[in-house]
Amino acid sequence: MSAAIEASGLTKRYRSTLALDGVDFRIEAGRIIGLIGPNGAGKTTVLKTMLGLTDFAGTLNVLGRDPRREREDLMREVCFIADVAVLPRWISVEKAVDFVEGIHPRFDRQRCERFLARTKLQPKQKVRQMSKGMIVQLHLALVMAIDARLLVLDEPTLGLDILYRKQFYQSLLEDYFDEHKTILVTTHQVEEIEHILTDLMFIRDGRIVLNTDMDSMGERFIEVMVNADHAETARALGPLDERTVFGKHVFLFDGVERERIMALGETRRPSVSDLFVATMKGTYA
Amino acid sequence: MKTYYWLIKREFWEHRGSFLWAPVIATGIFLLLNVMGIITFEVFAARHGININGLNLDQLVHSMNAHDLAKIGIGIDMAMMSSSSLIGIVLGIVVFFYCLGSLYDDRRDRSILFWKSLPISDRDTVISKALAATVLAPVIATICGLIGAVIMLLLVMLVAAIHGVGLWSLLGYAHPLRSLFTLVAIIPVNLVWALPAVGWLMLCSAWARSKPFLWAVAIPVGAGIIVSWLKFLGIAGISGAWFWRDVVTRVLLSVFPSGWIGNDSFIVSGDRMQGMHFPEHLQRLASIGHAWGQLARPEFIIGAVAGVAMIAAAIWFRRTRTET
Repeated sequence: MSAAIEASGLTKRYRSTLALDGVDFRIEAGRIIGLIGPNGAGKTTVLKTMLGLTDFAGTLNVLGRDPRREREDLMREVCFIADVAVLPRWISVEKAVDFVEGIHPRFDRQRCERFLARTKLQPKQKVRQMSKGMIVQLHLALVMAIDARLLVLDEPTLGLDILYRKQFYQSLLEDYFDEHKTILVTTHQVEEIEHILTDLMFIRDGRIVLNTDMDSMGERFIEVMVNADHAETARALGPLDERTVFGKHVFLFDGVERERIMALGETRRPSVSDLFVATMKGTYA
Repeated sequence: MKTYYWLIKREFWEHRGSFLWAPVIATGIFLLLNVMGIITFEVFAARHGININGLNLDQLVHSMNAHDLAKIGIGIDMAMMSSSSLIGIVLGIVVFFYCLGSLYDDRRDRSILFWKSLPISDRDTVISKALAATVLAPVIATICGLIGAVIMLLLVMLVAAIHGVGLWSLLGYAHPLRSLFTLVAIIPVNLVWALPAVGWLMLCSAWARSKPFLWAVAIPVGAGIIVSWLKFLGIAGISGAWFWRDVVTRVLLSVFPSGWIGNDSFIVSGDRMQGMHFPEHLQRLASIGHAWGQLARPEFIIGAVAGVAMIAAAIWFRRTRTET
């Protein structure tokens, strides 16, 4: 498999703070990666370096190109939706479609119009007259009609209601994603994208603290629900995290032998959000 | 070329109100004011039988000699060109604020993230905006000026006809086609003249994290005050007056068209109006050769080089500065 993105020693410093502290990672093509981290951990900075929106130290290779020097060429094969509502407020649906068609060599107008036909958007409607959810529908229709190799999504569904959020990820999976495409997404609504991710990256204080595919994550991390009388035994195995649910203790283990844990009680694969909370303990303290 | 077509079209879409409607409305207002003025004059003349030099208007025209008629011809040229003056002021204001917002507004509302997600280089983006300011807006304003000029000519001919003056004989002394052509021919001269202001304003727009207007004005005016002060103390070697005229005014106000028509070439004062100088100056003003000759003036060349350098700097800032 070829790497879609390769970073080594990626460093970015804003005046006094170190936003990225020598980050190394490799993202294979054809994956859906969730980049998850607390506020201010450096998520958006990582994305910005990939998109050539900011300078950085270290080496970074996106689809075989250096985003600092070849942003224009790179953007033929990379799409991104940064946050919601970044479409210019004066533009109308038809003008946005005309413009992207005029500018982008890989844009398929018929495809875009098919996506738009599923929404309530009208050709003459301007962005300033749309709700947040509608703006995202327009942006997504534009982006999905571009035959790109890498799609970068930075909090694409922030502030949308659950209907729009579900529809957003469903469209991406059903009508867009295939083995030639790579999708990198950051979001705080981890539970909603958990089932579509193939890979997971946790970032904290400018460092990648976890980088795993979802299958390995299920093997490495295990959650067990233990009665109070076994709690001490479980604690002795050095859990990553402990919490209490209805008088039972729930322990999260990292790389501890499965048989020993299964003896303690009912086991399951931890959710990404529980793993996230356990990994990020003390971030804001 | 296709990219530039769409980029400039985008600017027109976004700024249709200021690029198109502002000059159209200015032309309309100018023509309306003139029609009102003519009607007022006609009403007064009819009521009071206004006399000039003991003659009434009809007799006045009929008693003119060839020299006077030549002046009338120039007057007609002036009337045709005059609609461009108000449009020019509107154009200057439009271009000034367009440039100031051109690389700042989309950073403030974050739509820059959408524009930057498309395969367009920062160079092409900035150049397309500079072209919108120096070509698109002036061309639209000039088309309005041409229409205004033709309507003014028709008005003058209508008034002349009311007073029984032969239209075609009067037109023979005027130069309507040359007047129209001059309006078009000075577009490139205005373009080169505007470069330092367009460059400076766009540079501030690309660079400022907030309040680009304040920076754009405060820096040159502050520099001017310091230069004048040093001069006053007898320290600086450069002339304060020169700095104000050729730096401060140029980077801020040369977006106004025809600002290069200096005091030396066009003096409108009461006594000169009467004398021989006025037609001569007007001839020079209306002469395309004279206008194009201005391009060789050092302030044109140095200003253009500085303007292009500042546009290049704006491209550089546009590359890395995406936030406000």
